[in-house]
Amino acid sequence: MNAPVKIETTLKDWETDQEVRWCPGCGDYAILKAVQRTLPQLGCDPSNTVFISGIGCSSRFPYYMETYGFHTIHGRAPAVATGVKLANPDLDVWLVTGDGDGLSIGGNHMMHVLRRNVNMQIMLFNNEIYGLTKGQSSPTSRIGTKSPSTPIGSYDRPVNPCAFALGAGARFIGRGFDVSKNLPDVLKASHAHQGAAFIEIFQNCIVYNKDVFEDFAAPKGAGDRQLWLEHGEPMLFGDPKVGMDKGIALDRDALALKVVEVVDGDWEAAGVLVHDATNRSVCHMLIEMPFGPFPMALGVLYDDPRPTFESAVVEERAKSSAGKEANLAKLLAKGQTWTVEADEGHPTD
Amino acid sequence: MATQAADKPVNETAPEAVVVRFAGDSGDGMQLTGGQFTLSTALAGNDLATFPDFPAEIRAPQGTLFGVSAFQINFGSREINTAGDAPDVLVAMNPAALKVNLESLKPGGLIIIDTGEFSKRNLDKAKYDISPLEDDSLAKWEVLAFDISALTIEAVKPFGLGNKDALRSKNMWTLGLALWMFDRERAPIEEWLKSKFKSKPEIADANIAALNAGHAYGETAELSGPLKQLHVDPIESKPGLYRTINGAEAISLGLVAGAQLAELPMFFGGYPITPASAILHHLARLKEFGVTTFQAEDEIAAICASIGASYAGQLGVTSSSGPGIALKTEAMGLAIMTELPLVIVNSQRGGPSTGLPTKTEQSDLYQAVYGRNGDAPMPVVSCSSPGDAFECAIEACRIATQYMTPVMLLTDGYIANASEPWPVPDPSTFTPFPTKFMEGKGADEELLPYKRDAKGARPWIKPGTPDLMHRIGGIEKAVDSGHIDYGSENHQVMTDARMNKVLGIDVPDQEVSLGEASGKLAVVGWGSTFGPIRRAVDNARGKGLDVSHIHVRHIWPLPGNLGDLLKSYDKILVPEMNTGQFKTVLRDQFLVDAQPLTKTSGQPFTIAELEAAIEGALA
Repeated sequence: MNAPVKIETTLKDWETDQEVRWCPGCGDYAILKAVQRTLPQLGCDPSNTVFISGIGCSSRFPYYMETYGFHTIHGRAPAVATGVKLANPDLDVWLVTGDGDGLSIGGNHMMHVLRRNVNMQIMLFNNEIYGLTKGQSSPTSRIGTKSPSTPIGSYDRPVNPCAFALGAGARFIGRGFDVSKNLPDVLKASHAHQGAAFIEIFQNCIVYNKDVFEDFAAPKGAGDRQLWLEHGEPMLFGDPKVGMDKGIALDRDALALKVVEVVDGDWEAAGVLVHDATNRSVCHMLIEMPFGPFPMALGVLYDDPRPTFESAVVEERAKSSAGKEANLAKLLAKGQTWTVEADEGHPTD
Repeated sequence: MATQAADKPVNETAPEAVVVRFAGDSGDGMQLTGGQFTLSTALAGNDLATFPDFPAEIRAPQGTLFGVSAFQINFGSREINTAGDAPDVLVAMNPAALKVNLESLKPGGLIIIDTGEFSKRNLDKAKYDISPLEDDSLAKWEVLAFDISALTIEAVKPFGLGNKDALRSKNMWTLGLALWMFDRERAPIEEWLKSKFKSKPEIADANIAALNAGHAYGETAELSGPLKQLHVDPIESKPGLYRTINGAEAISLGLVAGAQLAELPMFFGGYPITPASAILHHLARLKEFGVTTFQAEDEIAAICASIGASYAGQLGVTSSSGPGIALKTEAMGLAIMTELPLVIVNSQRGGPSTGLPTKTEQSDLYQAVYGRNGDAPMPVVSCSSPGDAFECAIEACRIATQYMTPVMLLTDGYIANASEPWPVPDPSTFTPFPTKFMEGKGADEELLPYKRDAKGARPWIKPGTPDLMHRIGGIEKAVDSGHIDYGSENHQVMTDARMNKVLGIDVPDQEVSLGEASGKLAVVGWGSTFGPIRRAVDNARGKGLDVSHIHVRHIWPLPGNLGDLLKSYDKILVPEMNTGQFKTVLRDQFLVDAQPLTKTSGQPFTIAELEAAIEGALA
C-alpha cells in the first residue's frame, strides 16, 4: 500500500450539494458534521475516500459526503466494502451502518469483516430502533421497548454491539455518541488503526426512540455517567466540579470491575486501573459494565492491531504467482496434449 | 464434439464407437478410473464424451444402492456427441453397482464383475435375495466374473500393504484390464500415478503393479471366454493441438481469457456449492493472471464483494448453483441498478431447493431471465458443451464490460463434469475488447455518471480517480446525474433505458447448427442438450427426415433473426431438461407454436428419446 498523501481541505469540501433528508433534530446530523470536520484534520483526500453503506437512515450518509460513495443493499455493505478493499487496498473506506442493518440482517457479514480484519472504519449508528421502516424494535432495543411490532413491549434480549464485535475478533473498538465533543477523537483513532475499526455511535432517533440514551448522554450529570477512556491514563470519572472523584478498579476476588472513591486525587491508592487499550480481557469487562451501577465506557476501548486481510491477500497472491508466467497460450495448452498432423485428406485450414 | 467427423470409419471391421461404464462404490475410485481412461482414450486419438454420475454423499455407506458412483465414456472413430445411451461394457465393482446400472446395458453387452465383493452381506445391501451370478438373471448379457479383489491383493503383495490399502488399488487393476481391452498405452497413467503419489512412492508402485496385473490378465485370459480385445480407430480430426477439457475448467480458462481481453484484473467471489466449486478451485491456482479469489462467508457476500471489486475497477465474477443463485438475486438487482459489470456463472443442478445437487438439469432458465424483483433485465448466455463454455465465458466478459451490466452465464452439472477433446485455441486470434475508464472531465463540465454512450452504457469511474467523486446505489437514479430521484417520469425513462440497453446488445444472428434454414421441423435446444440433439437430428436426417437443429447460445437478448428463422419451419420442438421453460420464452417472444419435450430425471436426454420425438413430430 502506498502511504496516503495528506492534502488540505476544509469542511465545505466534504459537503455535497444534496439536500440532507434526515428528520429535523436527528442525531445523524451531528455525526455527519463530526465526520466532515474530522476528515480535513486527518488530511484525507476526497478522491481517495469511499463511504459504503447498507440500508436504513444511517445508510443515507454517503449521499451527503463529497467523496466516492456506494449505497448498497440491506446488511451487505461489509461484503461490498471487502471487495472494494481487495480490488484497491489504497482506498480509504468508511462503512456506515445501523443496529438493524449491521447486527440483524447483516450480522453475518459484520462478523466476517471483523474477524478477517479488512482495513476500514465501521461506524455503527445505534439508535436501538428501526427508524426508516417506522419504528419497529431492533436487535439492540432494550427489553420492554414498545413499538408497532411489539405493542406491549419487546421481549427478546438485545445484543451488545461492542461485545459482538469483540467476540467476532475486532482489533479496534471505539464508542461515542452523536453530539459528543469527543466523537472526532474516536474517529481519528479509528482511522489511525490499521485493520477493521468498529465504532459504536449511540444516535438519538428523535421520532421513534427519543432520548433513549439520555441517562448517560445528557449534559447534566455527564461526569458521573461517562467514563472516557484514554490509553495509559487512569479510568477516572466524576462530577467535574468536585474533580474526578471516582474510578474503576479490579475486584480481584470476583474477577470483576468495581467503582471506587478517589480521595484527594490519589487514584493509585484507590487501586484505579490504568487503561491499556491492548488488554482484551479488561476491554470485555468495560463493554459489559452494567450502566447504572457503572458509568458508560466511551472512547477507544480496544486498539491492538494485527495484519490486515488485504495485506494477507496481496501476499498470498504474490506467493502463489511467484516464478509463474502469465502466459495464456501456455495455460490453454496445459496438461497432456496431442497433435493431429495434417495429411493429404485434411490440409491445415 | 470439437473434432471434425470423418465421412466413414477407416477400418470397416472396427466398431465406430463404444460405450463403457465403470461403476462401483463411491469409495472405489470410479471417477479417477474414468478420468484416466478418458485421458488414454483422448491420447489414442478417439473423439469422446463422458458422463460422471455420482451420489451427493461424499462417502455413502459402503455397498449400498445409493452409494453407487459411475463414470460413463463414449468414444469412437466418428464424431461423438453424447456419453452414449446404453453401455456396451459395464464394469461392476460390487452387487449394488451391478443392480443400479444393469438396466441401461445394451442386450448382449459385456459385464465385468468383481466376485470378491459378492458376499452375502453386500448382496443383502444391494437387496439381492439370490446372487445374480447364481440365477439366470444375467442371461441376456455376456458375463465375465472373477475375483478382482483377490487378484489385486496378490498383485500388490510385494509392497507390504495391509488388505485394506491393497484393495484400494482395485480400480487401477480394473483400469489396466480396460486399457488392454481397448489397446491403450499404460505409460501416461504410470506417469500420472508417479506424480500423484510423489511423496509415497510405495503407493505409486503398488498401483502401477495393479495396473500391469490387470493388463496382463487381459492378455492371458484372451484365449477363452468372452473377453476380447477391441481396437477403435482414431477419428480423423482437423490438424492441430488437442487436449481434454471439462466444463468447469473451460469456464475458468474462458474467464481468465475474458479478463485479459478486457485488460482487467479479475476478482472472483465464491462460496462452496456443488457443482460450481470446481471453478473457484481452478481460479485459485491462477493468481499469476491477475486473479484474486475470495471465498466469502455466504453466497450473498460472494456476489456483493464481486460487485464491490467491479465498482473499484476490476472484473467482478461470482459463481454458484441454483440455490446459491437464488440467494444472490437481490445483489444482481443492485448490479443492474448501479450498472456495473459482473459475470454470474450458474452451474445448474436439479431443483427446486437443495434438489439433486450432483445431477444435471436446465431448470434455472426462468430464474436467469426473469427471476428478480422489479423490471431487472440481464443478459443470459448459455454453454452447450465443455469446449463451448470457454467461448461463452469470454462472451459474458465482453457483454458485461462493454455494456456495464451483470451477465448470467448458464452451464450445468453435466457440462461442468463432462470431458471432451478440445482443439487448443490460439489467444492471438481472439478479438480484444479493452476497457475504458472515465479518467477526467472538463473544469466547468458537470460530472454525469449516468450519461449513456451510443450502446446505452454509462461510464465506469473508479474510486480514487481525482475529482470524479460521485455516489451510486440501489435507489432509482436521475437520468445522467445519477442523483437520487423517485420522480415518476424519471423512473419511466430509466426503466426503459435499462431495458433498451440490454435489448440492444450486439448478439450474433442465429445459425442453423445442422440442416436447413427452413423445413418441416426445427429442434431448438440450448445448453448441454447440444450433444444428444445433434446426434439424434443427424440420425434422423440420415433416414431422410426433414429436420434441422438450432442451438441457441444467447438466451437473452435472443438473436434478432431467431423469430423469422423459427417461423420458416412447420413445427418446432424444444427439448430441455426442465418442464418447458425455453419453450415458454420462445412462445412469448415470437408467438410461435413451440412444442415442449421435457425431462427432469437428473440424467441427460438419450439419443433414442430424441429420435423417437423427432419421428413422432413428423409422423
